[in-house]
Amino acid sequence: MALIECKNLSLGYENGAIISRMNFRVNAGEYLCIEGENGAGKSTLIKAILGLKRPLEGEIIMDGVLQSELGYLPQQTHVQRDFPASVYEVVISGFAGGLGGRCFYSKAEHAMAKRAIERLEMTEYTKRCYRELSGGQQQRVLLARAICGAKKILVLDEPVAGLDPVATKNMYDIINELNRKEGLTIIMVSHDVEVATGYATQVLKMTFDGYSIFRPRQTKQQKAERRGE
Amino acid sequence: MTPFENILFYFSFPFVRYALIVGVFISLCTALLGVPLVLKRFSFIGDGLSHVAFCAMAISAVMDIYSDMIVIVPVTVISAVVLLRAGQNARIRGDAAIAMLSVSAMAIGYLLMNIFTVSGNVSGDVCSTLFGSVAILTLSKSDVWICIAMSVIVIGIYIFFYNKLFAVTFDESFAEATGVRTGFYNTLVAVVTAVIIVLAMKLVGTLLISALVIFPALSAMRLFKSFKSVIVFAAILSVLCSCVGIVASILISTPVGSTIVVADLLAFGLCFVIGKASGRSA
Repeated sequence: MALIECKNLSLGYENGAIISRMNFRVNAGEYLCIEGENGAGKSTLIKAILGLKRPLEGEIIMDGVLQSELGYLPQQTHVQRDFPASVYEVVISGFAGGLGGRCFYSKAEHAMAKRAIERLEMTEYTKRCYRELSGGQQQRVLLARAICGAKKILVLDEPVAGLDPVATKNMYDIINELNRKEGLTIIMVSHDVEVATGYATQVLKMTFDGYSIFRPRQTKQQKAERRGE
Repeated sequence: MTPFENILFYFSFPFVRYALIVGVFISLCTALLGVPLVLKRFSFIGDGLSHVAFCAMAISAVMDIYSDMIVIVPVTVISAVVLLRAGQNARIRGDAAIAMLSVSAMAIGYLLMNIFTVSGNVSGDVCSTLFGSVAILTLSKSDVWICIAMSVIVIGIYIFFYNKLFAVTFDESFAEATGVRTGFYNTLVAVVTAVIIVLAMKLVGTLLISALVIFPALSAMRLFKSFKSVIVFAAILSVLCSCVGIVASILISTPVGSTIVVADLLAFGLCFVIGKASGRSA
């Protein structure tokens, strides 16, 4: 059963389509990597999946996924330099979409936020001010926030942009673990070919003329599992 | 009379007590709203809206409408919604839109008051509207109750939507992507801001309203680094400054509005220095 299905999807601005007539489907538990040149429409596609942009044509069908069950790590967050917010406040705001008519977060949500912070090894920074952290730490905080909201799907737009190699590897490991252990469906934009062929179960390659979608023959973990056997 | 006896003497007058009650509630509300507005770079919205309210007041005076709130509140609310929306889709940038609306409203308002003179003392009327010099001391009991009721509603909305307001203020596109109805909350903030500004006009007058909106938030941001602590401190500081300002203006007989603003300014200076000294401000 496809979790997300793009049917005949065209996206773009008033004066022309960037993406035209795209078709693909993502099943539950898959890891989709979107790669391609700058300006080929990767971020536009992400925005459409998140419901921030309306298609010019066609549709995106989400099967049994509420918007509040999506987690999202934006490419860049334009947080004002002087914004007062503690790490904890930022992370728990990942649940805001799921609040519905409630005004406060539940105990379970508080516990999950703490666990997300723990998992990203940011516990000692919980009460620190978000704006005083380094770029890599901020990115981890935002991933923790994304995890909070993500019940079924985690959407990441270039999660490792601006990170050093060690932080990059950590980031990928965490995302991979979320996919394998928690069964989260991952949709990630990345320039990194290593990931595309390493972790992803599906790769969507976007160019100016069109797109191609393929399944890497073997993912890294399948190789590892085979070796382990 | 010692200054203390002097204060007690003044407080035996109901209008002084009314002024203080209204001052406390209004400054509490403006401080609460000020934090998200300042953080979303809408510091000038208070200024812009108050000019619109001034224009609406002029129109209702010219048209001889006795209960001018019927005109002022809807006009200001609509302008607030239009302004905050305009800031979003960026055809005309938010700041330019506010500046444009604010000066035109001011000009039209003053023009109308001059052309269709109702009272003999136009410049006196205009001056008191701009600086709120007498209005605060002429409050009736019903004004006070309206003010308290509106403030309670604002505080209630604030507490109820606090977490969503944070999400929308901190990162609007994330909030929208994860299912927070950002449009609704932006509109809510706009409407509430407009209502509070119309009420606050009585306290400090049209020209000085921005001070009540931005100073407490900016002062608190010098010293505190989490959203919640900034809001709580801004609210306390704002109430404190208004009380000090009102009492001081009575004791040394200065205009109420500008005295409150000066108190806010001094508090900001103090917070700035403490922030710098303790190395807490970024």
